[in-house]
Amino acid sequence: MMAAMGGAHARPVIETSGLTVVRGGNTVLEGLDLRIGSGVTGLLGPSGCGKSTLLRSVVGVQRIESGTVTVLGEPGGTAPLRDRVGYMTQESSVYDDLSVTENLRFFARVLGVDAGAIDPVVATVDLERQRDQVVRNLSGGQRSRVGLAVALLGDPDLLVLDEPTVGLDPVLRRDLWDLFHRLAEDGTAVLISSHVMDEADRCDQLLLMREGRMLAHDTPAAVKEAAGADDIESAFLALVESGEDAA
Amino acid sequence: MSPRVTGAIAGRVLVQLRRDHRTLAMLLVLPVALQALLWWVYQDSPAIFDRIGPALLAIFPFFVMFLVTSVTTLRERSSGTLERLFTMPMQRLDFLLGYAAAFGLVAAVQAAVAVAVTVGLLGLDIMGPVWLLGVVAIADAVLGTALGLFVSAFARTEFQAVQFLPAVVVPQILLCGLIQPRDELPGILSFVSDLLPLSYAVDAMEHLSTSTGTGEVWADVAVVAGFALAALGLGAATLRRRTE
Repeated sequence: MMAAMGGAHARPVIETSGLTVVRGGNTVLEGLDLRIGSGVTGLLGPSGCGKSTLLRSVVGVQRIESGTVTVLGEPGGTAPLRDRVGYMTQESSVYDDLSVTENLRFFARVLGVDAGAIDPVVATVDLERQRDQVVRNLSGGQRSRVGLAVALLGDPDLLVLDEPTVGLDPVLRRDLWDLFHRLAEDGTAVLISSHVMDEADRCDQLLLMREGRMLAHDTPAAVKEAAGADDIESAFLALVESGEDAA
Repeated sequence: MSPRVTGAIAGRVLVQLRRDHRTLAMLLVLPVALQALLWWVYQDSPAIFDRIGPALLAIFPFFVMFLVTSVTTLRERSSGTLERLFTMPMQRLDFLLGYAAAFGLVAAVQAAVAVAVTVGLLGLDIMGPVWLLGVVAIADAVLGTALGLFVSAFARTEFQAVQFLPAVVVPQILLCGLIQPRDELPGILSFVSDLLPLSYAVDAMEHLSTSTGTGEVWADVAVVAGFALAALGLGAATLRRRTE
């Protein structure tokens, strides 16, 4: 059902062509060609495989060696995109010494979004009771939801979230995935990275990544079927091994 | 640049400062307390206090703003907030001016408190207009903020950022005329002293304490402002939307 709207055949939300990124002399991404559509797309792979680098390239804060990134029809990271793409880094990217609402009020002003947008996003991430607490005093999960709330300000057309569910308790993780799907149904494309393979089945589309290359890009069911595996972890292993045989 | 975004950043920095009582005390109370200590040390020789006091009025805003800015902007770089801001409609200039405005305002309050206490209570003799002391202090503070922003690009941790204090600030304090009048320094050091911005800030304060003329003070303020602008330019060059 969701897979249909996640199809990469419609006009892509994100398109990369020959995307190459070099960091500290190492090639982190090598000639990546990608078309990512709407719906919830999961970017899965072990830590250090280049997930964050790809996400940073999409939002336009990564120095790119060569290739292009196109987001919502515009060159990635250019001015027309800066109030249309919500982004959250692994560190949550919020001010520890401000309260939840002070953080949101600040970022809303930077975005030029009305202060009336703050209450709804606080409710969406379920932080109403913590709204006046200083972020430093919140738990890791609550902190990460403050970061998510900031990314949701101004109803972006694309959400780019770097490991937003890491370290969260299972109930909260389920709630957040439900939220991502609700947002996707309302038309926001969502790109989420994770190194936890069991989150794969929650995505409409899956990108399996290893050492800067894509092993697979399809629906979770199709990825498993193609690899002849019962779960994504096994599919990942099978894809790695078949790749090594070929090499 | 956008006044909305610049204002948002300045306002946010001030809210953060208001939250941080210890830093606020360092900004507002510590300079006065140190002036009082100096006054006590030279209780029996007020002429020395009259010579060193004005120099300290120039050194404090520079020293404190350098320290606070280098650490806070380093935090912005390492916590991911700067990266997030760069994905939003924010220009580098908004960021720099927001910080400069917030700390310039704090410097104005700091200068008002420090001048009121040193001139009013401790009896420091100032011949020139007292409000001009405030102008010099603000220029100094903006200079400290700008240099702090610049050096924060070369530190990876807060610990490293603090190490710039002895490297960048202390030599300027040694050569600014506080310890030995600048024209009595050995030739090479006197030349080096002429290249350092804090020397001009201290000169401005000394002119204010010893003469009623303001021409030389404004010339010194112009030099300090020039250094501050150059440092802001350098700071801007270290703020990259795209990083490795």
